[in-house]
Amino acid sequence: MTTLIEAPPTDGEGLLPMKKKSTGGGLGRYIFIRFFLIFPTILILVTMVFFLMRTTGDPITAALGGRLPPEQLAERITAAGYDRPIFVQYFEYLSQLLTGNFGTTLSDNRPVAEMLVTYGAATLELTINALLVALVVGIPLGLIAAHRRDKGPDAGLRVFAILCYATPVFFSGLLFKLTFSVWLGWLPVAGRATPATELALTSLEAPTGIYWLDAIRSGNMAALADVMAHAVLPALALGLLTAGIFLRLVRTNVIGTLGKDYVEAGRSRGVSEYRLLTKHAYKPALIPIITVMGLQIAVLLGGAVLTETTFEWKGLGFQLATYLTARDFVAVQGIVVLLAVIVAVTNFFVDIVAALIDPRVRY
Amino acid sequence: MSTTAVNEPVKDPRGPWFRRLPIISQFNKSVGLQRGMLVGGLVLTALFLLTAIFAPLIAPFGFSQISDAEGNFPSQQPPGGKHLWGTTVGSYDVFSRVVWGAQTAVLVIVVAVVMSIFIGVILGLVSGYIGGGLDRTLVVIADAIYAFPPLLVAIVMAIAISGGRSSLWGGILAAAISITVVFIPQYFRVIRAETIRLKAEPFVESAKVVGASNIRIMRLHVFKNATRTLPLIFTLNASEAILTLAGLGFLGFGIEPTSAAEWGFDLNKALADTTSGIWWTGVYPGLAIVLTVLGLTLVGESINDLNDPRLRGRKKAVSGKGGPDSTTGAQAALDAEVRSS
Repeated sequence: MTTLIEAPPTDGEGLLPMKKKSTGGGLGRYIFIRFFLIFPTILILVTMVFFLMRTTGDPITAALGGRLPPEQLAERITAAGYDRPIFVQYFEYLSQLLTGNFGTTLSDNRPVAEMLVTYGAATLELTINALLVALVVGIPLGLIAAHRRDKGPDAGLRVFAILCYATPVFFSGLLFKLTFSVWLGWLPVAGRATPATELALTSLEAPTGIYWLDAIRSGNMAALADVMAHAVLPALALGLLTAGIFLRLVRTNVIGTLGKDYVEAGRSRGVSEYRLLTKHAYKPALIPIITVMGLQIAVLLGGAVLTETTFEWKGLGFQLATYLTARDFVAVQGIVVLLAVIVAVTNFFVDIVAALIDPRVRY
Repeated sequence: MSTTAVNEPVKDPRGPWFRRLPIISQFNKSVGLQRGMLVGGLVLTALFLLTAIFAPLIAPFGFSQISDAEGNFPSQQPPGGKHLWGTTVGSYDVFSRVVWGAQTAVLVIVVAVVMSIFIGVILGLVSGYIGGGLDRTLVVIADAIYAFPPLLVAIVMAIAISGGRSSLWGGILAAAISITVVFIPQYFRVIRAETIRLKAEPFVESAKVVGASNIRIMRLHVFKNATRTLPLIFTLNASEAILTLAGLGFLGFGIEPTSAAEWGFDLNKALADTTSGIWWTGVYPGLAIVLTVLGLTLVGESINDLNDPRLRGRKKAVSGKGGPDSTTGAQAALDAEVRSS
């Protein structure tokens, strides 16, 4: 349960040369080394995924086995090159990845790369929305909990944080759908927009694929309202998952900084409790949040798979579930590899930001 | 007074052994709210375990039973009457499936956590103790897996193990192994860090000087000291294992409904029911997940807080309401001290 252990060490840190004491020039060197650590991470994941997916046999038999006569199956396997030694295939796959070629899906015969671009935007939109919910809910509540430590509000908020963690997104999604869509009828049940809006937004020239951005660009306010209404429940379901983690993190860190001497000094000078909390104790407590926010990207992406399936939000996660059901492992592999790249690159940026803020990280 | 002191038998200052057992010692340290959270968690966890153990006695029907002597079960019947929590679209009894689901969850957690502790601890010990190139390689691999969304690792593992479809034991093993792979890096990290710290301790050095073999040092001197944090990670991981299992089931990678009951799978099926306002097929298995994870997390959390003196709530001098009471308590203690001297 990585998510509950506060501020786990960032990956790769232990590998950096510790002995060289450089003063001033450390940052450039740190970024350089950290940048080259991205590649082994991605390579390990790609290798793992490739060989694990092949342990069940070749993708064509998995997807179409039983539906095609054996001769035809063998023919297609030969045509796709799946009868060659596995290491030949592995290195071919790697070189294809380098050129951005993720292969072709088996179930609907589309280039995987194209599918990733089409659906990636939807997942990005969902993740951003969820992150916003998490920050807006988590940080203020964490401050309140720290301020009222060991009192009623603190106890209530801590149980709330654990509940956020304990509720799987698909269950909170189901409850939200039941309450707000079916019983109250306030919000749409599923999807990213009504078909009319979707048509209007996709027929724009050079759409970004992020619906609210497209709606604002085209000045279509009706579409914007529609998109927003659809976005609320999925963002809440996914955002609350992370909000609980932010809440706990802010609480623990603010309690830590509230006990520091400089806060006590401020109090003795007559600085108000409110100002102590929001100005003095809060800012240093934010540093670990930035690190954890990066690690949360992995949690959010994992959660996005479940949220998208719950709300029929047509993004990478929804596609992943569809391809899993269709047993199209080429497409699954493509999505998993892309997510691996995203996670590795995000972690790189998080480490850099952490190093910029806190010089101790660099040494 | 000296007379009573003489008659007292010499006591172990740490107290009797049973008060030092993991959860009991923390319970005694706890106070007020923290004790409430710990007790709440223990009650929920006990409820979950008892349900799992006595599932055959509690559940009125089998998990895949769709008819009895009186004929076929109705489909999508609201809660009440013979079917306490209603029936699903496939005519399964919701209450029975939730009860049997607890058993599946316990089996998966036990298998998964035992396997990941076993492998993770050994790898961590060896990697931390030996160090060098092996250590570096293992750390990079563990970090790569650790950074990746656990659910995706579990999906890939599930494909590799069972090709996605499974029987009862096949399914439980597949789910457990998938979860194991997710957890190994965590145990690995913790144990490795502890091992590296312990390696520099004088007692390890002296064991080396005496001529103990590396295996003996690892087994006897490092292992016993490095595993103190394990109960905490165990409780925390058990709850995550439930969530991962449910996530796998929700995506259709769990266990077939005819071979075992699984909460995540039931929730997936319940999703289609929500639009027509049928709530009982989803709410009950969902609540089962939430309460189980809540219970386990509360226990893990409380242990964590109580082990950390900075987070532990302070006991008042006398178990009173604080304020004037605590000063009188302090006064009483002072008086007692004066009298005894």
